[in-house]
Amino acid sequence: MTQRIDIPHDSDSSKEVRPTFFNEPPVMYTGGDVPWQWEEDGMICTRSAAWSAPGCHDGCGVIVYTDKETGKFIKVEGDEENPYYQGRLCMRCLDVAEAIYHPDRLLYPMKRDPKDRGKADKWTRITWEEAYDMIDEKFTAIRDEFGGKSIIFASGTGRVTPPINARLGYALGSIQYSYFHSGNACYVPRVAAANTIMGCYTCPDFSMQFPDRYDNPEWVAPKNIFIWGNNPLIANADGNLGHWVVDCMQRGSKLVVVDPRLTWLASRAELWLQLRPGTDSMLALAMSKYIIENDLYDADFVDKWCYGFDEYYEAVKPYDLDQAAEVCWLEKEDIIKASEMMAEQPTAVQWGLALDMNLQCITASQAVHNLWCITGQVDRPGGMITVHDPYNTEVWLPPDPREVFTPQQEKERIGSTYEMITNSGMVQCQADSMIDQLVTGRPFKIHGAWIQSTNPLACCAQDPEPRVEKGLKNCDFVVGVDCFMTPTLMANCDVVLPLCFYPEREGLRSVWYYIQNTNKACEPMGESKDDFQINWELGRRWNKDLWPGETLEEYFSYLIQEAGITYDDSRKLNWIYPEFHYFKYAKGEQRPDGQLGFNTMTGRIELYSLLLAQWGQKPLPYYAEPPMSPYSQPELYKEYNLVLTTGARHYESFHSEHRQMNRLRSKYPDPRFEIHPDAAAERGIEEGDWCWIESPIGRCRERAHITPIVDPRVVQADHGWWFPEADPEDQGEGCFATYARNINVVLPSECGDTGFGNQSKCYLCKVYKCELDEIPLPAPEHPKERFAEGSFRNFTYEAEMEA
Amino acid sequence: MAEKAYGLLINYEYCTGCMSCEMACAVEHDIPVGQYGIKMEEIGPWQIDKKHWQLDCVPIPTDMCDLCAERVGKGKKPTCVKHCQALCMDYGPVEELAAKLATTKTKSVLFVPKSGVAE
Ligand code: SF4
Ligand code: SF4
Ligand code: SF4
Repeated sequence: MTQRIDIPHDSDSSKEVRPTFFNEPPVMYTGGDVPWQWEEDGMICTRSAAWSAPGCHDGCGVIVYTDKETGKFIKVEGDEENPYYQGRLCMRCLDVAEAIYHPDRLLYPMKRDPKDRGKADKWTRITWEEAYDMIDEKFTAIRDEFGGKSIIFASGTGRVTPPINARLGYALGSIQYSYFHSGNACYVPRVAAANTIMGCYTCPDFSMQFPDRYDNPEWVAPKNIFIWGNNPLIANADGNLGHWVVDCMQRGSKLVVVDPRLTWLASRAELWLQLRPGTDSMLALAMSKYIIENDLYDADFVDKWCYGFDEYYEAVKPYDLDQAAEVCWLEKEDIIKASEMMAEQPTAVQWGLALDMNLQCITASQAVHNLWCITGQVDRPGGMITVHDPYNTEVWLPPDPREVFTPQQEKERIGSTYEMITNSGMVQCQADSMIDQLVTGRPFKIHGAWIQSTNPLACCAQDPEPRVEKGLKNCDFVVGVDCFMTPTLMANCDVVLPLCFYPEREGLRSVWYYIQNTNKACEPMGESKDDFQINWELGRRWNKDLWPGETLEEYFSYLIQEAGITYDDSRKLNWIYPEFHYFKYAKGEQRPDGQLGFNTMTGRIELYSLLLAQWGQKPLPYYAEPPMSPYSQPELYKEYNLVLTTGARHYESFHSEHRQMNRLRSKYPDPRFEIHPDAAAERGIEEGDWCWIESPIGRCRERAHITPIVDPRVVQADHGWWFPEADPEDQGEGCFATYARNINVVLPSECGDTGFGNQSKCYLCKVYKCELDEIPLPAPEHPKERFAEGSFRNFTYEAEMEA
Repeated sequence: MAEKAYGLLINYEYCTGCMSCEMACAVEHDIPVGQYGIKMEEIGPWQIDKKHWQLDCVPIPTDMCDLCAERVGKGKKPTCVKHCQALCMDYGPVEELAAKLATTKTKSVLFVPKSGVAE
């Protein structure tokens, strides 16, 4: 369903508050022709966008059903009118009722004396006013004494937090917008690489930019789709739903899957390249060489729109097929076939996290990115479309720190000496530097931490010695914001603020293609609130200019003002798509100054990157053997005789989320690692055996899943596990036993020379069976009684039900 | 149900094994954890030859499937069909589904669960 709206031209626009990157075309397409709320069978039905918590950051269209009489939540169903997912949902949104009515759900703000960190029965319920007063008082005191730079504001993936977390810190005077993952190795490196090379980001064209989707007359299905280092069906990463690939397959697209594991998509692919983990750039460079030398590249596009082709060709020349086949564990013929398919137009590439979790992540991303540039796929129907935040709505990307800080102050951002991180528009602290600084207090001490919608101890705190936990213990005051009591909140936080779920709140969703309201369908349970509201309320105490609007809805109106509508208008329009144009670079629509070309120094896609050169990096892509591999560590490899890759996703969870949801957890109760039948047999390992996965620096337990989908030389281990059913207090392996079965404890926290990347996808390990007595989790002993005085459970829905 | 049999047509060339059908059915019908109105079964993966793998996912309705009688009565799709992420499920009279099956170009299977058989 689509409604076209022509926007009157406003020649005297004084609405701009920040440099406008994109001037959208004066036409928008909306869902204004369908109601946003109606009644059905004694239920109120509210159309909305499911932007977690719980769930993920895709924001699928949903209809929330509530009881007309009581106003209580009943269920969520997919919204068949919504163009983004057309009524489909994954298991996690289908199971939202379980989250809403979960007994462990936190309902009230709580505090705990910092000397009792880690104790499960030292909590006191407080009011929101008390909580805000306390946070305000402690944080402003720290800021006044040690400077805003000594307080970090950390969020995780998903939810709505990155921009509002940055904005909250900025309001207090802290530039330390951050997250805890070593080498900031999730999405950010790829975006940074793309920004650096071509001044914008590109996405595979699965028609998601059009409200009429696959029926749009301009759209064509990609001839070939490369799935590179990603399992999109499950990961649904970065605003792209994986099952769109299946839609395209049904419309004739052929697949090439580059993955060490046979995923479902690989099983249906024309070509599956089972490459050795960590060798992506070798493969991409060899493909480039083959494409160039066999005249398969788009000479016209390269000539008109790319910079540095000759230097680039020189750089790829050394990477021949024989060498690549040997290094990547591939067949030469397959690399040739992949090169030929890459060169066909249109071809789209869905890339993923595997490129980030590599110490050479920038150069690997550059190598893959350049493939779709030299083959002329950019902004072509069915190719790689250039994207931006619609109407500059700040829901996906963080605000520009230069609105608030001077360049001098920006230098105080932790890790700002990594020029690639600082200057590529990513505006985050460098995670490993931040963790070091938390632990050592050098070059200056971190006194305060705000940890919102992230559970780093379970999900991304690497190192056997949990340095994130240790570092946070050095802080004077730590606030945690989440829906459930997590290991991070239990171990480290002094004040806990309870979050509500998306059916219970107002909000905005936006990634690249369109914007939509999240409409509140029912009251939040207990006193829980949502991320937007909390940050807006607290932020206004510190800087009203950064948090404008007298009400939260006015703040949302501020965020979407460039669409020329208010939040209330936007509710009635449901979804709002700016008109999408292909080939923007050829029409003067890709640069703010209206010139032809791309938004780079040369106006071209820089195959030879002037910016990388300026930042002291190699301007051209290259391959370097991962530091922990059979070839770089032949001695270690004798003992640690398997290549370890980690973090494959499963339908049942979103990273460390959903571990307490019975319906989901019952389908995947324990963390597993995948091992080839031959490798398992050699080690006497049988299906389901609990095993130690041990690297030179640490070990953890996971259950063996014996499967031929991995190479006999490779194991893949799950990430993000903690155990809501285990003891909340630390009995030697972390709160809620989070380090017992957590693959991050065998991996180091170390980044590449750009400040980006880590070794989560390529390390060395050995595996062997656990002794029987090494298997059980610590049974809950603390607090002695479930509802003992001071127990955090007294402030959950379970206590409410008991009462 | 009626004189005509009703069923579910599954195009298992495209079923990805995402289990949305299982979950949609379970929450709609309040089915206990561990029981199913429809259950996805995976066949594979194993390698057939150098370039081919056996991996299929097929959702199988159980005796607890009532073919979403209440929803269908209101003119809605069965919830598994509506939420299927691969859009590979179809519901209807067996006659119609069989006609589609007769010209299918991809791997398919037609289930007539207990609740769908003709009387
Ligand atoms: S991908 Fe799944 S969890 Fe995420 S919004 Fe869509 S249905 Fe919800
Ligand atoms: S038709 Fe309805 S009852 Fe039958 S499996 Fe699907 S969702 Fe369950
Ligand atoms: S929902 Fe569809 S794709 Fe997913 S398992 Fe069921 S039938 Fe297969």
